[in-house]
This record gives sequence, C-alpha cells and structure tokens, in this order.
Amino acid sequence: MNEFIEQKVQLQWHEPKANYDVVIVGGGGHGLATAYFLATRHGITNVAVLERKYIGGGNSGRNTTVIRANYGIPEAVRFYQRSVELYQTLEAETERWIMHKQKGLLWLAHNEAGIRAERARAEVNTAFGAKTEYVGPKEIQEIAPQIDMMGGGVWPVLGGSYHPEGATARHDRVNWALAEGAMRRGVHIHQRTTVIGLRKEGDRVVGVMTDKGPIGAGVVLSAVGGHVTNLANMAGVRLPIRTHPLQAFVTNHYARQFDPIVASMGLLFYASQTARGEMLIGAEIDRQPSYSYRSGHHFLQSCAFRAMTLLPFLRNLRILRQWTGVCDMSPDYSPIMGQTGVDGFYITTGWGTWGFKAIPAGGEQMAQLIATGETPALIAPFGLDRFARDRTLADRGSAGTH
Amino acid sequence: MNINIPCPHCGPRPIQEFMYGEIPSVPDEITDPDARDLDRAFMRTNPEGVQLEAWFHTYGCRRWVRIHRDTRTDEIVERG
Ligand SMILES: Cc1cc2nc3c(=O)[nH]c(=O)nc-3n(C[C@H](O)[C@H](O)[C@H](O)COP(=O)(O)OP(=O)(O)OC[C@H]3O[C@@H](n4cnc5c(N)ncnc54)[C@H](O)[C@@H]3O)c2cc1C
Ligand SMILES: [Zn+2]
Repeated sequence: MNEFIEQKVQLQWHEPKANYDVVIVGGGGHGLATAYFLATRHGITNVAVLERKYIGGGNSGRNTTVIRANYGIPEAVRFYQRSVELYQTLEAETERWIMHKQKGLLWLAHNEAGIRAERARAEVNTAFGAKTEYVGPKEIQEIAPQIDMMGGGVWPVLGGSYHPEGATARHDRVNWALAEGAMRRGVHIHQRTTVIGLRKEGDRVVGVMTDKGPIGAGVVLSAVGGHVTNLANMAGVRLPIRTHPLQAFVTNHYARQFDPIVASMGLLFYASQTARGEMLIGAEIDRQPSYSYRSGHHFLQSCAFRAMTLLPFLRNLRILRQWTGVCDMSPDYSPIMGQTGVDGFYITTGWGTWGFKAIPAGGEQMAQLIATGETPALIAPFGLDRFARDRTLADRGSAGTH
Repeated sequence: MNINIPCPHCGPRPIQEFMYGEIPSVPDEITDPDARDLDRAFMRTNPEGVQLEAWFHTYGCRRWVRIHRDTRTDEIVERG
C-alpha cells in the first residue's frame, strides 16, 4: 500500500488554511470524488477534505468493490449506470491503474418469486439504460461452470439475470487516484483531522470546528459514511439513518479462474475472485445497529455455509481474513444526496452497503450541485425531502447486500 | 461480534434468535403533529453510545425483551 503511494501517487500535504470555499468532511470515496469533480469540472479548487483517520480508512477501503447498475427502480438504474460508465473511463482520465475489470454479474434465482424478480430486473434495466438479460440454467452454467446447479439439493438454480457490465476495481487505488487528481489541482486534504462541531451564523453553516482548530467554509459537505448522524446533529438535521456493521471475508488463493461476480437472492451472499486469486465473499448486514468494527464467528460460519451451497469448491479453501465496516443504512435502501434544509450544509449519505459503485457519479453530481447551487436532475429524486413528500425509493431487493 | 441477549424468560441467548425493534424517540422540540409523525416513521436517533432497545425473541419465548446496549462496543449495560 505505501509502495503505491510513495512511488506512484503524488500526494502533497499542506498546512490548513483559515478558510475554504468548500469544506468536505470525510475522506472516503464520496468526499474525495466530490473534491475531484469540483476541481476538474468546475475549476473550484479552494477546497479542503478533512479526514479524521486516513483517506479510504472507512468503508471506501473496506468494501468488496462490486460495480453494477442492475437496480430495481428507474431512478436508481439511471444513476448507477452513469457511475458504471464513469468507472469505465476513470483509468484513462486519472492515468492511474485502478484495476478496473469488467467481469459480468450473475444474480441467481432459486424459486418462482426469484425468477419473477430477475425477469423484472432485466426489464427495468433495459428500459432505463442498463444492460441486463434474463438467463436460464444452460447459460448460467456456461458463464460460471463452478456453480452447483442443484444448490446442494436445497437451493436449485432455476434462472437468473446477467449484467455484463458488472465490474470490480481496487478500492484503495480508486481513493488514491481521486485524491491525487484533486490535490494536483490545488485541493487540500488534511488527514488526522476530526470535525467536532459546526460553526453557524444565524441559520447558516459557515464553517467547522476541528480537533486542530476552526476552519471557515462557504459551504460544508457531510460525507462521513456511518458516522453521519453525529455530524448532522451538529447542524440540527434529523436523518432516517441507522448505522449497521457489514462484514466480509476473503479466502486463500483459488487455483482456477472464477470469471463472474455471482450473487444469490435466496442465499443472500455474493462472491467474486480478486486479482490475487482469492475468493471474496460478502452477505447482509448485522442485525444490531452498531458502530463496532468487531467481526464475529457467527457471520463467518453462516455466510461460508451459504456460499458453499452454491460454490462447493470453496470447501477446499481457507479463510484468510475477515473485516467489518459500519454502514449508513437508509430505510428505503436508496442513497440520500443533496440539500438538507440548512443553508450551507449539504449531505451525501445512505450509501449503506452499496455506495462504492456510486463514488464517481455521486461525486460528479454533488460537485455540480455545490458549484451551481441547483440540484441536478439525476439526483433530484434522492433528496432528504423525499421522506416528507412520501416519495421514498424502496429498492431493498437490489441494494441489500452489495 | 457475537452478542448474547439476556432474556428474562430464557436466559442469555444469541442475538440471531431475536428480531430488532426500534423504540422511536421523537425530540420534544418537534411540536408540529405532522412533523412528529414523519419523525416517528422515518427518523432515527442512532446514538453512538448507550441506547434503550427492544428485541423480539422470535426463536424462543416469543416475547419482547428490553435492554440497554452500548453501540460503540455492543456491550449490554445495566441502564442508560
Ligand atoms: C464489507 C463491505 C462491503 C461492501 N461492498 C460493497 C460493494 O461490493 N459494492 C458497493 O458499491 N458498495 C459496497 N460497500 C459500501 C461502500 O463501501 C460504501 O457505501 C462507500 O464506501 C461509502 O463511501 P463514503 O465516502 O460515503 O464513506 P466512507 O468511505 O466510510 O468515508 C467516510 C470517512 O469519513 C471519516 N469521518 C467520519 N467522521 C468524521 C469526522 N467527524 N471528521 C472527519 N472525518 C470523519 C471516516 O474516517 C471515513 O474515512 C461495502 C461496504 C462494506 C463495509
Ligand atoms: Zn426468551
């Protein structure tokens, strides 16, 4: 990791200034991408990103890196498709190898309800600009011959949807490429700087208080992942967010090649192979709301058991590592982006277990909002006001795990 | 984390036997009835610290259990 930073990525550190036009709280993918797009698309470079630990130390460096647009509602399909496309060109744009790899994603169905869900997904995706098709058992076998089509006799694979643009990228490199691109254009990033308060003048947010002193800001963007409730409270904003841990694990090297990303609706797990050949596996959130990063044996046992049901070759592998991130879960499983009702205070949250894929489009759209003061059409449905307007965007079946 | 919930009827049991139940707490500052309804339906206090919460013992006595838990450590504590 350090090797990459020191030899390739050029990060230049600065002393904090007293004031910035834009202060972004949180050096995860969404904060860094917003800074990157402010600098590259709008020429706004008097920007600081404040990160309490190190950049990418939150969920943006802990995720399983699935990139896809096969969501279940039009608003989401359009938004995530934009992000899938931005990822496809991010390497050329930043001139950094983020290890982006198109793998194709199979979402498997084990019963009638599942088949209906995957058929509907393919229809909605096609109608709103993402490429997804319904596939039967024969095609599934061709795409991923390692799948036990009998599902251990209990979870037979009856069909599924195939999303050829499904991809992965190396998470750290995405964070670093965006940070470098922003810094090269004059953006400041301050690590080990925790925001402990917001400064207000009347009803307007005009800066932040950090553990190293105050910093003035034209506008403040909250991009703090699972820790968002605390920061929003400082602005007097109530959020529909609950913080839940999400775990994942990786096995040792699997000697054969495993091409696609495979997900199961019924068994609630997903798997892909890393560039090092390890099998990377994730599942659903822990049931208790929590800020604890501790991993548990129950998750390993339950998730590994479910994964082996469909991928019996996993039996011969060993688990190398397990880890946890804490996720900002929204009640409708859709993100919350935009204005907050408090002047000078913007928010990007509700990224839950699904926000890595959204980093480029989320950053692009939030940058446009901050630069122009107008909410772009692509993210207008995702505003915090949707709960009061009774316009929630329920999409649990698409966002639930990855 | 492996968490055991102390059920007064069944003793300490793994959290996987229970279903989480949010106890809504609408701040007193919110006075408008519609705003209170909205807050009760969607908004979450989500504290980083001790909270009172309810768990339904689905795979046990099928009764509600109330506990105080520290969300920073997942430790169950005596009171808030
Ligand atoms: C195990 C796991 C697997 C996942 N798999 C996928 C996947 O396959 N595909 C996908 O699309 N998504 C996935 N996700 C979700 C994805 O990782 C997140 O949604 C995304 O990284 C969120 O980015 P972010 O920038 O909003 O938050 P983060 O990356 O968490 O960044 C927030 C940053 O804010 C900092 N911070 C917090 N409070 C303060 C403060 N007061 N002052 C200063 N800094 C502060 C934190 O230190 C942190 O670095 C997964 C998540 C986990 C945990
Ligand atoms: Zn009980």
